[in-house]
Formats: sequence, C-alpha cells, structure tokens
Amino acid sequence: MGFVLLAVVVVVALWAISAYNRLIALKNQVANGWKQIDVQLKRRHDLIPNLVNAVKGAMDFEKSTLEAVISARNKAVSATGVAQVAKAEGELTQALGRLFALSENYPQLKATANIQQLQEELVSTENKVGFARQLYNDVATSYNTAQQQFPTNLVVGLAKAAPAELWEIEDQAERAVPNVDLKMN
Amino acid sequence: MGEPAAQNLFEQQASNRRRSFWLVTGFVLLFAWVGFGGDIAWYLMTADAAAGPRASPSRHTVPFIGILTTLIAGGICWYSWKKGPERVLWATGAREVLEPADDNQRRLVNVVEEMAIASGIPRPRVFVVPDADPNAFATGLEPGRAAIAVTEGLLRTLNREELQGVVAHEMAHIRNFDTRLMTLLAAMVGAIALMSDGMGRMVRGGVRLGGGGGGGGGRNSRGGKGGNPLALVVLVLWVITLLLAPLISRFLAMAVSRKREYLADATGAQFTRNPLALASALEKLDAAAAPTQAITRGAAHLCIVDPAASRLSSSEGRMGDMFASHPPIRLRIAQLRGMAYQAAKEG
Repeated sequence: MGFVLLAVVVVVALWAISAYNRLIALKNQVANGWKQIDVQLKRRHDLIPNLVNAVKGAMDFEKSTLEAVISARNKAVSATGVAQVAKAEGELTQALGRLFALSENYPQLKATANIQQLQEELVSTENKVGFARQLYNDVATSYNTAQQQFPTNLVVGLAKAAPAELWEIEDQAERAVPNVDLKMN
Repeated sequence: MGEPAAQNLFEQQASNRRRSFWLVTGFVLLFAWVGFGGDIAWYLMTADAAAGPRASPSRHTVPFIGILTTLIAGGICWYSWKKGPERVLWATGAREVLEPADDNQRRLVNVVEEMAIASGIPRPRVFVVPDADPNAFATGLEPGRAAIAVTEGLLRTLNREELQGVVAHEMAHIRNFDTRLMTLLAAMVGAIALMSDGMGRMVRGGVRLGGGGGGGGGRNSRGGKGGNPLALVVLVLWVITLLLAPLISRFLAMAVSRKREYLADATGAQFTRNPLALASALEKLDAAAAPTQAITRGAAHLCIVDPAASRLSSSEGRMGDMFASHPPIRLRIAQLRGMAYQAAKEG
C-alpha cells in the first residue's frame, strides 16, 4: 500500500515538473518573440537611407517625397512606447508607398538593377516585421492557452505566469484600408 | 471525399496529428508482433520443456527474435539518421546558396528567412537543384541542422506568394520533425522486410526438419498442460503476419506520410496565414507534372509533390489511397481552400 502511494506521489511530482517547465519555456518564447519585432524594425530603419541614396540621383525632382521618407524614418527611430512606435512605423510605410508609386515615372530608374534589389529588400523587410509580430501573437496565444487549460493551470502560481498581451492595432484609424495617394507632389 | 465540413487550419493540424499518432501506434504494434510474436510462439512450444524425456530445447525465455528485429531496425535507423540528409542532397546534385547569384535566388533566401521568423526555428541552409521540373524538399533531423532545396524550375514558375507557401510547407516539415519520423518508419519497414525474408526461409527450413521433430515434441507435451495447440495457433498467426507484414508496414508508413503532408500544409498555412497561395502553387505544380528526375524514389516522401508524378498519386481511388506517399493534389487544394473559407468566415 505504501508502495502504491509512493508511486502516485512520484508520478504527480514528475507531471508538475514537466508542466512547470513547459510554462517557463513558453514564457521565454513570448519574451523572445517580442524582442524579435524590434530586430526587424531596426533592420528596416537601417535599410531606408540606402534606398534614398540609390534613387536620389535619378529622382532629383521628388525632393519633398524623399525628404518625407527620411523624416518619417527618423521619427520611427526615435519613437518610444508601443502606440507611438506603431504610429510612426505606419507613417513610414505610407511615405515609402508614395516613393515607390512615384518611381514608376522614372523609367531609367527601373533599368538600374539596384532599385529592383532594394525594392525586394524592402518588401522582404516589411514581411519580416509582419511575421515577427505574427510569431509573437502565436506564442503569446500558446502561452495564454497553456495557462488556462487544466491541469497546467494548477502550476501557474508556482511558475509566476501572467497572461501575455497580444500585439494589436490601437488606433482604429489604422484598420482602415490605406489610401494610396498617387498624385504628383 | 471523407471530410464533412471545412476545418480551419488549427483544427486540421490537430486532426492530422491525432491520426498520425494512431497510425504510428498501429505500426509499432505491428512491428512488436513481427519481432516478438515468434518468441511468444517459441516460448509456448517449449513451456513444458522440463517435462519431456527427449532432448527437447530448453525453455525459451530470452526473446531473441524480437531483440534481433529491434537491433536491425535500430541499426538501419542510426545509419539513416547519420548519413541520410547529406546523401539525399548530394544525390540530387543540389548546390548550396551561400551568396545569391541572381534575383530569383535573392528572393528565395529572403523568403526562407521570412519563414524562419514566422515559424520560430533557425534559418535552414538553402539549396538549389538543377532541374527544370518545379519541386522542393526539406531534409534534416532537427530544426537547427536542416536544409531546404528547391528546383530551378520552381524558382522560375512560382511568384513570390506561392514560393512563400511552398517554403512554409517545407519549414513545417522541419518543425514537425517529419524527416525524423519518416526515417524511423522507413527503418522499421526495412527491418520488417528483412525479418520477413529471413524468417520465411528459416520457417520453411524448420518445417522440413521439424516435420519429424515437431511431431515428436508434440507427442511429448500432449501429455502436458495443453500449451501446444495455443503455440501452434500463435505460430500460424505469426507466420501469416510475417508474409503480409512487408505490405502492411508499407501501407501504414505511407498512410502516416500522407497525414504528415496534410499537417505540413496546415502548419505552413499557419506560418503564412495565406492558404490560397499554397493552393495556387500546388495547382501550378500539378500542371507541370513532369517527373523531377533529379530526385530519386528514396527521397520522394520529402518532396512537396511526388517527384515521380505517378498516376498513383493523382488518382483518388482506393489504390491511389493506399500506397501513395502524398495525398492527391486535388484533395490538398480542397483542404487549403477550406482553411481560407473558415478564416474568412471567422473574420
């Protein structure tokens, strides 16, 4: 009888350890996911000056658009706090969109291989930022689900697990379909 | 088609994981029976060994046959795990992309990096196979040491979205440890085939020799506790299984492979959140349908579409169901569209 009791205690202890470890692993994945978004945003900031330099020569007449891109980028670099960062990054996306729409008017620009490559790099960078956010939301959801499901929810207190916030758009206006302004200056 | 209502991508993942779990369990049970069934029969036959006056074999307690089978499977598996990934890449003539040589390769590397971010696993090595037929495969036992290869035909045929869908599918295979699973199953299939062949010869030889001896042993233990009839039944069942096992084991392994393909489709759709892009890529791959000559049969199960483009995979009838390593492309596209439909419904 004592043997059976001991076996039960051992099994429960082993389960508790594995559930606790799982929560810890998920918590760290969430923290990592959050930081990865910053990594991709920084990459985007670093890429923009290269792009502007590449087109500056050919698109001399579009000075104001180019300057708009640079200033939007600088604002994004200096933004702090989730809401401000989201807003600044959104404006940067808009500025870049205008720049690419205008570059259609400069056929000699298209001919240079550089601009194609940079366009690909920027598309990829935008995607990476998006996927970094998506991954963060996915792991945050796994973490929250694990905390709520039985029996893992029994060890939540022990693991000091708190629900993670999902990344979402704060400003309702951003949810509207973007309006691409193709008017010339 | 078996599926009732369209399932969203999470439900499809769960259902495919469940099914492949049960299939693998069935496979392991089959393997255990092939290995240890003979031992059980032997044990039963010699259970009353101490009683017989003849120089009968002593009690059979150590399950040699089972241990031997397990060792063979373990050996094949260990060898495949050690050598497999590199050999597959070498056999197809794949070249690693260290510095992108052109825009297509640059795009490929970017897409692989994007999918590495979306899936949360480290970026695998990227290879290009010089074959005009569009196809792709992934190798590597675990996420840190994996590789993705695509054919030049694929780079030319697909647009960026579709390429992303295909790469996501391959990354899903890596993240779900499918290569490891399929290599293990292939090793067990190989061991079963070997044992079936070897045991088949021994049993036939034994029947000739033991026609007299078995009769003698029977005469002896008939006076015993009646372990003999049971032993005979077990032996007959075991021999029948041995004859059928190679076929059954291949069928089970291919069934698992098909479920893992559906699972990779659903997991890839989770990475891109764009199941229609993969559906569109599959349609293009289906239309191409020329055999991918660079990829041999041994590596077929690693590819996104069957490189032999055999009619077995395209058919949706029973025969096509049983032995194809990939599900019919039409059905995969239907499942992906179901995911997209559900995603749109759920907003």
